[in-house]
Amino acid sequence: MSLSKRQRANLLRYFVYAATLIALALLIFIVDWSKLSNAMFKWRIIKEQFPDILTKAARNTLIFTFFGFIGGLGLGLILALMRLSKVRPYRWFAATYIEVLRGIPLLVTLLILGFGVPIATGWTWPNMYVQGAAPLALVAAAYIAETIRAGIEAVPRGQMEAARSLGMSYSRAMITVIIPQAFRIILPPLTNEFVLLIKDTSLISVLGVTEGTRDLAQFGRDGVGKFANATPLVVAGLVYLILTLPLTQLVAYMERKAKRVRR
Amino acid sequence: MSDVVVQLTELRKSFGANEVLRGINLEVKRGEVVCIIGPSGSGKSTLLRCVNMLETPTSGTVAVGGIELTDPDCDLDAARTSLGMVFQQFNLFPHMTAMENVTVALRKVLKRSRSEAELIAGEQLARVGLSEKALSYPAQLSGGQQQRVAIARALAMGPSVMLFDEATSALDPELVGDVLAVMRSLAEEGMTMLVVTHEMGFARNVADRVIFMDEGVIMEQGKPADVLGNPSVDRTKKFLASVLGTH
Repeated sequence: MSLSKRQRANLLRYFVYAATLIALALLIFIVDWSKLSNAMFKWRIIKEQFPDILTKAARNTLIFTFFGFIGGLGLGLILALMRLSKVRPYRWFAATYIEVLRGIPLLVTLLILGFGVPIATGWTWPNMYVQGAAPLALVAAAYIAETIRAGIEAVPRGQMEAARSLGMSYSRAMITVIIPQAFRIILPPLTNEFVLLIKDTSLISVLGVTEGTRDLAQFGRDGVGKFANATPLVVAGLVYLILTLPLTQLVAYMERKAKRVRR
Repeated sequence: MSDVVVQLTELRKSFGANEVLRGINLEVKRGEVVCIIGPSGSGKSTLLRCVNMLETPTSGTVAVGGIELTDPDCDLDAARTSLGMVFQQFNLFPHMTAMENVTVALRKVLKRSRSEAELIAGEQLARVGLSEKALSYPAQLSGGQQQRVAIARALAMGPSVMLFDEATSALDPELVGDVLAVMRSLAEEGMTMLVVTHEMGFARNVADRVIFMDEGVIMEQGKPADVLGNPSVDRTKKFLASVLGTH
């Protein structure tokens, strides 16, 4: 019996559906649900996470994210402009900075700046928030710089020419004409950077945060130690989702809208 | 005080090995309307872009109103305020309303107050017949309307010369007329204009002088009736025949 191309495609699809159903059924029967919920969804422990997980841990995560992002945005803009500069040393510096900080894992950068620099220089970080957020900002700047550069390059050349023909200087044209348009273009990827940064703050705890400066991930880990149960981590994960989901949905919405505008 | 507003001397421009302008000498007098015609790739747009130094000439000099723009010490930003440029692709700023497009350089470059700038912009928008579109964004305007806003934007700076770089080439045919009418009224008001165009009708009726360019040199120039009606150079004849059809 020979099948047409379409018949074969249908058959394959039904097969995939059937296999998925069987896998789900196996999962439901094999997993010991009472044991699982005991280890990961214990109601008593869930309740104990609140309100501290929101008022302290989530707050700290947002503080680290916010300062990391603001710092990264400012420095990233400067680096992007340096990369596009006519002055060669600026371009070299920016390119080196971006390559180095993108190429080293955030964890390593955190440890070098958080521990290595104080040991080497005798200088100490003023407080935990700065110690955590500054390395985050320095790394975020490298990624954001590339995003901003792409945005600036996506603005049509005629815009700069029109601005210059009206007597604007290069920097005046950048500030009033090019950068506002570039930021419109890069709003979705920039929001993405923000989401990545929220999650990256979970690494800051390697610097040995105190009780008061614990972020969500560390809060969850401490809970695991306290209750000998995985529930606190699951709750922490859910709070991360509550923070990131609205933003990723926002990105999706912006991208749909941008597509419509472009016809 | 000479009557010459734009003076180009032995102007040359190369892009790599490709020499696009090969020794251009040109003087434009105050109030004169000069149309530049020629086949694509003849260098006419590059010539116009050299006048306000959007392209840096390889050699030769550009002087506008007695100021030498090719002098390395020249303050180009200041000099460009007296040169209005209108582009083929309009190049309005899409994130600003028509009003903001016209006022932005008045405020940021000429340091006029907001109310002063809006007064000037209002006059210029009225001049191109778009007062009621002041608060529209470029995306809400037709191509012809966008180009008229672009003309108003350039005029608002009070330029001594207007440069038009194929200002109607990107427009739908039915929108060309409005833009040409604005350009024509400008010419009648005595504005000095340097116009790169494919609109032979405009060149014939409005220009004081028509220049035919090919392969980076001025092949022929003179009164429109002479250059367009009775060309003396073979290349001009061929070009006009191909543009105007059998003629």
